[in-house]
Amino acid sequence: MTALSDHLVIAPILLPMLAGAAMVLAGDRWRGPVVALGLLSTLGLVALAAVLLGMADTPTVRIYRLGDWPAAFGIVLVLDRLSALMLALSAVLGFAAFVAALARWDRAGANFHPLFQFQLMGLNGAFLTGDLFNLFVFFEVMLAASYGLALHGSGTARVRAGLHYLVVNLVASLLFLVGVSVVYGISGTLGMAELAARMRDVAAEDRALLEAGLAVMGVAFLIKAASWPLGFWLPGTYAAASAPAAAILSILSKVGIYAVLRVWLLLFGPEAGASAGFGGPVLTAAGVLTMAFGAIAVLAAQNLPRLAGASVLVSSGTLLAAVGTGQAAVTGGALLYLASSVLALGALFLLVELLERGREIGADVLAVTREAFATREDEDEFQEPEAVGVAIPAMVAILGLGFAACAVLLAGLPPLSGFLAKFAMLAPLLGPPEATVAATAWVIMAAMILSGLAVLVAMLRTGIDVFWASPPAAVPRVSLLEIAPIGLLLALCVGLTVGAGPAMDYMLAAARALHAPGAYLGGVLGAGG
Amino acid sequence: MELVVALAIGVLAGSGVWLLLRPRTFQVAIGLALLSYAVNLFIFSTGGLRTGAAAILERGQEGSLGQFADPLPQALVLTAIVIGFATTALLLVLLLAARGLTGTDHVDGRERDR
Repeated sequence: MTALSDHLVIAPILLPMLAGAAMVLAGDRWRGPVVALGLLSTLGLVALAAVLLGMADTPTVRIYRLGDWPAAFGIVLVLDRLSALMLALSAVLGFAAFVAALARWDRAGANFHPLFQFQLMGLNGAFLTGDLFNLFVFFEVMLAASYGLALHGSGTARVRAGLHYLVVNLVASLLFLVGVSVVYGISGTLGMAELAARMRDVAAEDRALLEAGLAVMGVAFLIKAASWPLGFWLPGTYAAASAPAAAILSILSKVGIYAVLRVWLLLFGPEAGASAGFGGPVLTAAGVLTMAFGAIAVLAAQNLPRLAGASVLVSSGTLLAAVGTGQAAVTGGALLYLASSVLALGALFLLVELLERGREIGADVLAVTREAFATREDEDEFQEPEAVGVAIPAMVAILGLGFAACAVLLAGLPPLSGFLAKFAMLAPLLGPPEATVAATAWVIMAAMILSGLAVLVAMLRTGIDVFWASPPAAVPRVSLLEIAPIGLLLALCVGLTVGAGPAMDYMLAAARALHAPGAYLGGVLGAGG
Repeated sequence: MELVVALAIGVLAGSGVWLLLRPRTFQVAIGLALLSYAVNLFIFSTGGLRTGAAAILERGQEGSLGQFADPLPQALVLTAIVIGFATTALLLVLLLAARGLTGTDHVDGRERDR
């Protein structure tokens, strides 16, 4: 506990916290120092995440005990492969969204920068914490900041969507609290590892109540992950939020997935005695239904922001269904999918705002209505010859390429990492050639492929409409600060594709550790001495 | 005492859920407040309901946990109260902003078509 590297585990929480606190003191008057501090903090987080990613890639779990209290009494932070992966994703997305915000959004309202830092702090804390109540506290830190960010820039649409978002998440937090207190009342502990160790020995008459408590908590996680039928708040909120805020909000729904992965696999693994596998079919069913709802929402989306919001639903559903199967190999593929979809969705949310900039309001609705009712634009026909031969401006071409890359990633088409991840999930589901395939595996496979098709159709339709059928009236003015983060996120997806071998090894190791939590338990409880 | 506390939690939670489902933002805010009172009482009661019991053992004193009030739920409920208080304040600000921007206090920001 004395080496400096031991203390690195808590650094991803402390760095944004201190930076955010300093920014609050500085206020909005000194933009220069605040931006420099933010840049330092987000870059620092990326560097920290890279170091922690390297440190976590071992069979042992790294524990940080606050105040050096034994794990049974004190608060622990736990760094394993999964939390390091999530830290890295939030750091990269945070950096990209921060840079994109510098172009203009950070001046659209008060206190953007401190809120952004607290958002990162809440995210990192939720990924690192080793007990349920601190998970709740970091959820609240993260949500409190996200309420501010979702409302950033103000305006009727944001306030209207923000009200729904706030109320739904407050109710979810209350459910979380109910679950946590039932769990404490029955088991007498809130440490995840301690609870997992006690799972087997819970008295038979208390088991149903404990499972009910955990299920109530699970509902709170599923609300955050926007699972059907708990996720109707998501597309509206994300569509209304400003671009950098929406990009960072898109990882918030993955925190719900992370919590399900962590808590469910830890507590209801094969060692849980009579509770083993509790709720797995529910997760799979919720995932498949979310995918179906997401596919419909994607097809029905009448504008780009809602399309991006709806594709968050599809990716949440895919992940939930894959996790619910309870197979380590499928979970490994799901982790690769998680990484790829976080990066792609972040890029898409940043891109959407740039595309919307050059378009007249209401053009999307008109295009979809025109398509649905097959009305011919006879009155516009005579203008056609003039329009033909107009070169697509370079900036529109670049944006189009970015949009195409996002579409390929989200729909899961080769050659990018979205396809590899879907393949990595589906191949173990089907099992070896001679084995019979379970009916649920067929359902999941059909849902994944059909929802991918729906995303592809919707993105193609929107892409054709935006870039070819009604190209922007004026070339959108885009600064390098706005296009570079999108490039960074997409380049990382390409990196995931090229380095799919090592990445997949890492994900599989992470998934195996999640499914056999012996090292996690030993690491946390053994450190108690 | 158990019955009284259970009834109080039930009545608070029931009224809270009822108000939460109403269409006016102010009703929703009050509903959330009532619901969070219910949840706070619930957390408090998970430590067991005892009167006159100390939270921390005195030095040299022997006894089982059954005789003492569990301090952990009290700490949890304190955290939950603080967080709930802050988020309710935020909700009230948002409620006023929504009222000002949309001109109605309906939760959807517009009256239903009649």
